[in-house]
Order: sequence, then C-alpha cells, then structure tokens
Amino acid sequence: MNYFPDEVLEHVFDFLTSHRDRNAVSLVCSLWYRVERFSRQRVFIGNCYAISPEKLITRFPGLKSLTLKGKPHFADFNLVPYDWGGYVQPWIEALAKSRIGLEELRLKRMVVSDDSLELLSRSFANFKTLVLVSCEGFTTDGLAAIAANCRFLRELDLQENEIDDHSGHWLSCFPDSCTSLTSLNFACLKGEINLASLERLVARSPNLRSLRLNRAVPLETLQKILMRAPLLVDLGTGSYVHDPDSETYNKLKTTILKCKSIRNLSGFLEVAPRCLPAIFPICLNLTSLNLSYAAGIHGSELIKLIRHCAKLQRLWILDCIGDKGLEVVASTCNELQELRVFPSDPFGVGHDAVTENGLVAISIGCPKLHSLLYFCQQMTNAALITVARNCPNFIRFRLCILDPTRPDPVTMKPLDDGFGAIVQSCKLLRRLSLSGLLTDQVFLYIGMYAEQLEMLSVAFAGDSDKGMLYVLNGCKKLRKLEIRDCPFGNMALLSDVGKYETMRSLWMSSCEVTLWGCKTLAKVMPRLNVEIINEHDQMEICAEDGQRVEKMYLYRTLVGPRKDAPEFVWNL
Amino acid sequence: MAFDKELNLEATELRLGLPGTKESEKQPTIAIKSNKRALVPNFNEESCGSKENCNASHLQKCDQEIASPAKAQVVGWPPVRSYRKNCLQAKKMEAEAAGMYLKVSMDGAPYLRKIDLKVYKGYPELLKALEDMFKFSAGEYSEREGYNGSEFVPTYEDKDGDWMLVGDVPWDMFLCSCKRLRIMKGSEARGLGCAV
Repeated sequence: MNYFPDEVLEHVFDFLTSHRDRNAVSLVCSLWYRVERFSRQRVFIGNCYAISPEKLITRFPGLKSLTLKGKPHFADFNLVPYDWGGYVQPWIEALAKSRIGLEELRLKRMVVSDDSLELLSRSFANFKTLVLVSCEGFTTDGLAAIAANCRFLRELDLQENEIDDHSGHWLSCFPDSCTSLTSLNFACLKGEINLASLERLVARSPNLRSLRLNRAVPLETLQKILMRAPLLVDLGTGSYVHDPDSETYNKLKTTILKCKSIRNLSGFLEVAPRCLPAIFPICLNLTSLNLSYAAGIHGSELIKLIRHCAKLQRLWILDCIGDKGLEVVASTCNELQELRVFPSDPFGVGHDAVTENGLVAISIGCPKLHSLLYFCQQMTNAALITVARNCPNFIRFRLCILDPTRPDPVTMKPLDDGFGAIVQSCKLLRRLSLSGLLTDQVFLYIGMYAEQLEMLSVAFAGDSDKGMLYVLNGCKKLRKLEIRDCPFGNMALLSDVGKYETMRSLWMSSCEVTLWGCKTLAKVMPRLNVEIINEHDQMEICAEDGQRVEKMYLYRTLVGPRKDAPEFVWNL
Repeated sequence: MAFDKELNLEATELRLGLPGTKESEKQPTIAIKSNKRALVPNFNEESCGSKENCNASHLQKCDQEIASPAKAQVVGWPPVRSYRKNCLQAKKMEAEAAGMYLKVSMDGAPYLRKIDLKVYKGYPELLKALEDMFKFSAGEYSEREGYNGSEFVPTYEDKDGDWMLVGDVPWDMFLCSCKRLRIMKGSEARGLGCAV
C-alpha cells in the first residue's frame, strides 16, 4: 500500500459512495485514514451527540455535505419531551467559524431556530442544499433568510416540519437573480403564500425539477405553474379543488398533457375527487405516488386512480383504500417495491382499516416488494407466513396493528410464528417493527434468523428478560433498538454491556429497568451516555435506586455527557 | 402459566380504581412536558399495577376491559408522526366544525336568508328546507325537464359566476361549487329548466 501516491488512493476512494465503505477504508491503516479524511466531502452523523462539531471539523477539513440526526425516533410519537435537545445551532456556529465550505445540510429531528437559519444563510457562500425533515423551532422568517442570502441555492426541501408560519413574504425574498433552484418543497407550511411571487420564481427557475406546494396554492395557480415548468419530475399539488366544468380545469387538463416528465406525484392536501381525471394521463408514467395526505379521496376514487398507475414502484396511501383497493393495487402495480398504508383515523376505531387480506393480495401481485409500512386492524400468522413466502426480499418490514396486543383473530394465538416466518424467509431484512400479541418466542426467532437486522422497534411484547436477551445476543448487526411497554428489566439490560458500544442507541420506556440498573450500566461503560428522562418531580426528591425508570435513552459517544441537557434529562 | 400468578395476587393487590375493575393505575402518567400541542388524554401507560413482570396477556386483559365503547388511547400509539396526526385531525375537525353558510334569495321576497349547506345530506333535504323556509313548492325534478309543475325553481351561482339549476350535478360537487342560491320565479326559470 505504500507504493501508491496519495492522489491515486484518493482517486480510488472517490469511487466509494457509501459512508460505511469510506468508514471501513479509514480503518485499514494510518495512511489510508489520512488520505480518506482529507478527501472526504460527505459525512453522515446518525446521532448528533455522538461527536462534537469541533472534532468533525478537525477530522474532515474538506467537508461539504453534512447530515445530522437529533432526537430519538420515538420523539416522532410524542414520547420525548419538547425541550429534550437536538439543537443545530452549535453545529452551524462551529462550521461558520471554521474554513469549511459547507454546501449541503440535511437534518432530521433537530431543533432549528431562525437564528440558526440566518447564520447558515450568511456563512457559506456556496451553500446549495437544505433539507429539513421532522424538525421544529423555526418560522418562515428563517426561510426568508435562506431565500434572501443563499445566492446559489438549489434545493430547499421541507418535509413534515412544524413551522410557525408568519405567512406570505418569504417566497418574495428570493432575489430576481436567483435562477438556480432545482427543488422546492414547502408542502408542510400551513399559511398563505404569495402566489404571484411563486409564479415568478418558477418562471425564472429553468432547472426546477421538483416542486411541492402547500395547501394555500389553488388549482388555478397550479395550472399556471405547470405551464412554466413542463419539465417537472416531481410534483406535489397543493389544493386540488375546482369545478370540473370550469375553464380553469379544462386548461389544467391540457397543460398536464405537456408534463411528460412527472414521475413522482404527491399532495392533494385538499381535493375534489371529480377533478382527478385530469391527472390520469400522467399516471401511466408515475413511479412514485403519495396520497397519504389526501383524506378527501375516498376508496372507490382511489381505486379508479390506481388502475392507471401500472408502473408504480412506490405507493403511500391511506387505509380507506380497503382490502379491495389493495387487491387492485396488487393486480395493477406489479413493479411495486415500497408500500405504506397509513391509518386515516389514527384516533378512532378504524372502521375502514385494512386487514391481513389486503397484505396477502399485495404479496401475491407484487413480488418485488422490499419495504413495507402497514397499519391494519388485524393480522394472522397464516397471512404473515404466506407473505414471507411470496416476498422473500423484504429489507424493511414494519407492521402496526392498531390494537397493539391483538392476537391472531382466527386462532387467538400470539403472532410469534408469523413474524418468525418473516425473519426466516427474508434474509436481507434490515429493519423490523413488531406489533400484536407477542411472547418471548418471537425474539428467539429474531435472534436466530435476523442476521442483517439493524433496527428493531418493539412495543407491548414479550414475557421476560429472555426476549431482549435473545435479540441482543443474536442480532450481530443491530444498531438501533427501541422498546416500549415490555417486561424487560435490569438483567437483560446488563447482560452484555459491551454490546451497546457496537450500537448507535437503545431506547427503553415503560419497561422494568430501574434506576439502579441504569446507574450500574453508566458506571461500567464510560463511553455511553445513559440518559433518564424524568418528567415527574417526585423522582427529584426520592430517587430510589429501586424505582422503575420511565424513559431511558442510551447511546455511544466520544464526547461524554452533553452540556445542553434540560433539567428533566439526567445523565447518569 | 403467568395467568395463574395474576389471579392469585389480584385479591390482595392494592390499587387505585373502582372495585371490581381490572384496571390498575400506578401513577397517572400525565406527561406534562411531552406535548407541545394538546393531545389525547393519556391512558395509563403502565397498566401493570405491581412490580412483577407485566406480561402481554395481562395488558391485553386490561385493554379489553377498557377498550369498549370508546377506544382507549395510549400515548404514542399508533406510531404515527405527530405532524401527520395533526394534519388528519385538523382536516377532520375542519370538516365537522365549519359550517357552509350561503345566502338564499327568492324573487319577490323583501330580504334574503342564510342556510348552512353542511347540515343537509342531499338534494331532497335541501329542497325540503328551502320549501319550508320560503313557503313554496319546487315540483318534481327530472334531468330532462328540470323542475316540473311549479312556479318557482331553485338555482345557484357557481364558482364561474353562472346560474345553474339545483340538482344537476352530484351533491359533493354542488357543495364545492355553490356560492349562493336563488329561487327563481317560474317564468324566468322556464329557459333554465329545459333540456339543452
């Protein structure tokens, strides 16, 4: 290896696109470590508290693209209190102070303030891409700063963020000289939009390929925009409501015929189903369709639409499509690779929900299926076994039975065997979410067969510590484990403490782990942050070691306990 | 199995709750800080009242007891992102709460009235309400001839500003496009009522 000059090594490393490959390469020898670190441009940090911005900057001076994730996954479901952490400000401050020429920033589950956005917009002359997923803490004022100051901005992609919308003017902050936009997604904004500004912006963005509008953009504007941007590949409609007999609607029908490049379609945040026929002509070309926010489209109309979409590879839909609708999907969309069926009534009893029959139909018609998220009323072992046989290629299998401890309704047995079949058959499975009535047995199967499993989500399952032990001992590639409401305690937690340094994080809430168990673990493993989230003042006063811990989140880190933890988070 | 263990200890267990119910609340887990927005009331996250291992069947029993008639709601279940939940909830509430008040005028009447279209499930109900309100009879509706045998004809102004005959388009579409109603006098309405 000493024979090659650094430039050759660097050139070879250029071919490595995945973070893991580059990480592996850096471990080979100190020469490779050095060459790799100076040539690395893209860094992915799965837990922002595992490392500090200063260390990052020191190691990778050539950094151009950074991805950061903050809060634990269960924060998505309100299990993590509001001020828990995950602030991007220190990262932007550190990067701004350094010589790093940041061009891309992708954040997930982080707290982003308007000040952060303002600082970001002013600190990096070549900043091109901002992607925020499930973030919070900022307003449209922050977006205005990005629009106004990032002269070469290409992508502004806001996915499912909680943004305080002060309405209107941020879009107008894009200067007339800004013509570089390729992707603009503001579907999650709740407020009004300056429609004229939007039209002008689209008109001067010849490279725009992805545009996702919010509810405030009416059909009339959609038509005008599509006239200006017939080369769009990805479209998210805003409000899709009009009188189908109107001239506007007829204009839309004609305009859409010109948009032959659209492959991804989403939105329909408000929809008049009678206007859907306008999009039928482009349905044949669609590879991705997201109707999971289109609550206004009922089952029969959904089905009519889907019959036109023979080339779909990805489909996100609401469960009001029903089992019958899924049968239509199965017979129409034979290229389907990813399916997500969301509950249309997450708080209710779910009368319209889908069952195991829909899933079985899909497994028969869509053999290429590799990613599934399925919210359903019920599931049977027989169905899961059939699905496992028909679709051995699952990489992600997430099943959510709306009643979390429901057994197989036919046999009244736990769903251990069904999930067992899935892990046994799908040898490439990397992500698994369980639900339904489950005993320790399912974990035995997982430990035995799920060799590639990296992320496991468990709720209301298992009988004893053995369940968790099977998983910790068996799944060698496990990186993220999140458990809620299971009878796993200290014995399971402490059985293999070294394991946690091979993982990114462990979440346990409403389990049997006690304060003593957590303290013990923290003492033995200094390179883990063991955090307790304590929402009740009682614990402050009488923190007995024997007391059960409500929420524990532990993660490996190179920088010790974090300094921004709020008072209700204890680092042990 | 573990079932037997449950049954033996139940009698001596100290719990909060009405006698005779299997529900046990150890600590009412009102997660004060966990929600930015007001969310569903917290069902007891820990249904295990004792320090023993809580097993799934016990939990299931608890769930079944309480689950009828209104579904008990557990924090964070089903695991749907709060953003998505809020969107769907907002849409539901919007649909239920927002009335759709429209002006109704009648030729010859000194003042207009207002009705909430959302209250009606279809044309028959709407027409009956109009007939009651203005004391007239609309007659029989047919697609070919419009309203036959009446002095007055219900019409509406749509989004494009055109005056249309009530009843031609499906109800949902009507709800979307109707801006105001006008009960036209028979002679004027004759032209509208004829098939094209």
